[in-house]
Amino acid sequence: MTTKTDATNTTNTLPAYQKREALNRWLLSLPALSIIMLAAIGPLLIMLMYSFMVKGDYGGVKLWEFSFDGWMNVFLQRDIFDDTLGFADAHLTIFWRSLKLSILTTLTALAFGFPTAYFIATRPKHTREIWVFLITIPFWANLLIRTFAIQEVIRNEGIINNTLLAVGIIDSPIQMLYTDGAILFGMVYVYLPLMVLPLYASMEKLDFRLVEAGYDLYATRWKVLKRIILPMVKPGMIAGCILVFIPSLGAYVTPRLLGGGKNMMLGNLIESQFGAGRNWPLGSAISITLMLVVMFALLFYVRNVTRSGAGHG
Amino acid sequence: MTKCKLLTAAVALALSAGMSTAQAEGELNIFNWGDYTSPEMIKKFEEAYDVKVTITDYDSNDTALTKIKAGGHGFDMVVPSANYVPIFVKEGLLLEARPDQMENFKNVDEQWIDVAWDKGRKYTIPWLWGMVGIVVDTSKYKGDINTAAIFLDPPEELIGKINVAPEKNDVLYTTIRYLGGEWCTDDKVFLKKVRDKLVEAKPKWIAMDYGTIEKFASRDYAAAYYWNGAAMRSRQKNSDVRFGYPKDGFPFFMDSLAILKDAKNVDNAKLFMNFVMEPENAAMVSEFAKYSNGIKGSGEFMSEELKTAPELTVPDEFKKAGGFLDSCSPEISDLYTRIWTDINK
Amino acid sequence: MGNRHFNVRTLPGFGFVALLTFFLLYLPICMLVIYAFNSGDSIVQWEGFSLRWFETALNNEAVQEAAGRSVLIAVIAATGATICATMAALATTRVRPYPGLAFKYAVINQPLMVPEIVTAVALLIVFSKIKVWTGYSGLTYLVLAHTAFCIPFAYLPIRARLETMDSGLEAAAADLYATPWKAFRLITLPLLRPGIIAGFMLAFVISLDDVVITEFVKSGGQETLPTYMLGQLRRSITPEINAIATVFLAFSVLIVTAFFFTSRKKSE
Repeated sequence: MTTKTDATNTTNTLPAYQKREALNRWLLSLPALSIIMLAAIGPLLIMLMYSFMVKGDYGGVKLWEFSFDGWMNVFLQRDIFDDTLGFADAHLTIFWRSLKLSILTTLTALAFGFPTAYFIATRPKHTREIWVFLITIPFWANLLIRTFAIQEVIRNEGIINNTLLAVGIIDSPIQMLYTDGAILFGMVYVYLPLMVLPLYASMEKLDFRLVEAGYDLYATRWKVLKRIILPMVKPGMIAGCILVFIPSLGAYVTPRLLGGGKNMMLGNLIESQFGAGRNWPLGSAISITLMLVVMFALLFYVRNVTRSGAGHG
Repeated sequence: MTKCKLLTAAVALALSAGMSTAQAEGELNIFNWGDYTSPEMIKKFEEAYDVKVTITDYDSNDTALTKIKAGGHGFDMVVPSANYVPIFVKEGLLLEARPDQMENFKNVDEQWIDVAWDKGRKYTIPWLWGMVGIVVDTSKYKGDINTAAIFLDPPEELIGKINVAPEKNDVLYTTIRYLGGEWCTDDKVFLKKVRDKLVEAKPKWIAMDYGTIEKFASRDYAAAYYWNGAAMRSRQKNSDVRFGYPKDGFPFFMDSLAILKDAKNVDNAKLFMNFVMEPENAAMVSEFAKYSNGIKGSGEFMSEELKTAPELTVPDEFKKAGGFLDSCSPEISDLYTRIWTDINK
Repeated sequence: MGNRHFNVRTLPGFGFVALLTFFLLYLPICMLVIYAFNSGDSIVQWEGFSLRWFETALNNEAVQEAAGRSVLIAVIAATGATICATMAALATTRVRPYPGLAFKYAVINQPLMVPEIVTAVALLIVFSKIKVWTGYSGLTYLVLAHTAFCIPFAYLPIRARLETMDSGLEAAAADLYATPWKAFRLITLPLLRPGIIAGFMLAFVISLDDVVITEFVKSGGQETLPTYMLGQLRRSITPEINAIATVFLAFSVLIVTAFFFTSRKKSE
């Protein structure tokens, strides 16, 4: 009973053998699948049902009363004051804002996370895991308190401004808090380990003999990076990007605390539908739309990566 | 493999933590706003009646409503705001506990008995009340602070340093009254003006956030539209802070204690309700949360700072301006939500 | 081939960026720890040195209980998630696409893709019905919910690690008549270790930090540290929270040091 297939070995695949393979794979994935079906997907299906119902007066839904309003209002809305039907541009503005932030966060996290992961992966063997812990230690402190700590560092009388003032580089404090830069800093801060850890996991196995071979062939460092290292750590990079991009789309605590909360993020929009907005069908519909968009992107990744990356020989 | 042993121990602990063991005579499970229940008072109650009390927090009326409606929550009491009490009652979630027939009901301040959301107090008793108003650092601005213009038509000195509480109802209420309208109006032409005014004012604010007290202390904010209790605490950290009452209209709030219909410990809940109506105990609640309570005679037991705080007593001239937020019909509520989203987008 | 004047492993600028990252990462943390010793009650205004907030935290049963509960849930959920994720990764990586692979992948990553509030409300609905039906309202619901959303966080690093592993080693082991289980235990698992550790750490901190799902699924008396703090957010935050965070950090540093010494022994 082997548990992995060697993709290059195609000569002795008997049907019974293949069937056992498939069974083993299903058994292995069973715990993960069942827990998620129970505690994530099952409930989600309920929300899907809710998205097709009429919203209750005080939250919730009127069970078994159906309507497409929830879905329609994701894209189209009647103007508040003159009742004309038009695109729900409030939703679009909010979606676009969140999307921009997520993309920026992912790219910045990659820019800082890649060197960091590489650095850790090239430390002496017995200290590597210490560095990994060092990256995660800040995250043992709660998210809210960490964000307050960031506020403390960047506000007008915070340590950065005070140091710059003392050294004489600036004359008056730079307004950093409640700016878009602050939000980006906070987001990257929160999501950094999700980028670094998968990257590290795949970099750690990097075969430096190949790198050395590249240099032997007179390749420049840049070329070595591009042609040898990057392809080998691609799975880690992609995993990191997924882990940062997707959850950051729904983030709203950090943007609110560091950006001042004047502008809604996608997460706020959805949350308000389940709160004071009392429009569960709309909230469900927006979330499921978001999920579908993301799911298609992910499936695209699976199709491509597993086809080309099956079994390094 | 000590890891395995640790794991089994952890699992065993977790499962046993789930089964609650009542070593006391009884239990009481209170569902309240975060940081709103005096641990001292709870201890006193626990000792007096041999009841084990648990407090679980929520941070918004809607979260509380959602959780209670879903059922299976295990709570006995909840503390909704005034405009949510009718909703709880309508949805059949509250027990008609008849506090007006309890022994200590005579201590309830008359003005809080026949309130719009619970006439005659058949379901709830006052927990704490206060108002949302203007908070200004007077070292930055010397003008009249008793007006909503501070955040709706801000003076030069305050632009870019104002915080507005991210509370849909409170902000809309004051803006509507500032522009001369009535709460729960459905006049769309008028509401457009309300929306436009807020959209125009928003760029002049720096934030719409909680956590104002520290920001006044560090002088990151110069003004805010915020709760009076927080204003008092801000003044304690920054002595230039003053509280203003918008003369065109400002909202009162009151959170009231209620018993849930599917409560398991109704007797203990009633005991607690009666207990809170005791002036000495009500004073403890106020001391902890720094807001006024609705029980007569509690003033004697409160500290000097609370008794003399200007933020906690409404000057006579502004008493008329304050109003409670009625719960509007679902359609109007909806409309207001859409306006709020529009402002925030 | 000749003497190289540089180390093959280093890339220019990478070390600098990495150290800068660590510095920026720890700067707010240092402020956090410093303010835990603030004698005043502000988290932004320093008034002097004092241990009073540690004292307050020590006397605050509610917050201790909440913190303990957070850790307990996180340990169980992270362990469960890592085990499930490892098994699932083994079944879905380094294989030719087979029917059901895409489905599995989508399911495993699903918790990542939905905003937490939706999962939270959905779980509330389902669990409430179960709570009414069975009368049981223990921690299991929270543990189950946490495990579920931690799985993708553990899965992705493990998978990334697995993808870069050379399956030839296991084939060699098979050639040498090792049973699959032995091959797994002695070859795959040790090689996979960095990925598993990365996955576990990630799942752990994710669970520790969760506020939205916990807020909705919790029953009476089941505060966790984040939900406790969320309740405080509207009112005022005192350095007591800093003190607690400092304790957590100190604790995690202890674990790292212990780990360092045990791994030192292993390599000698």
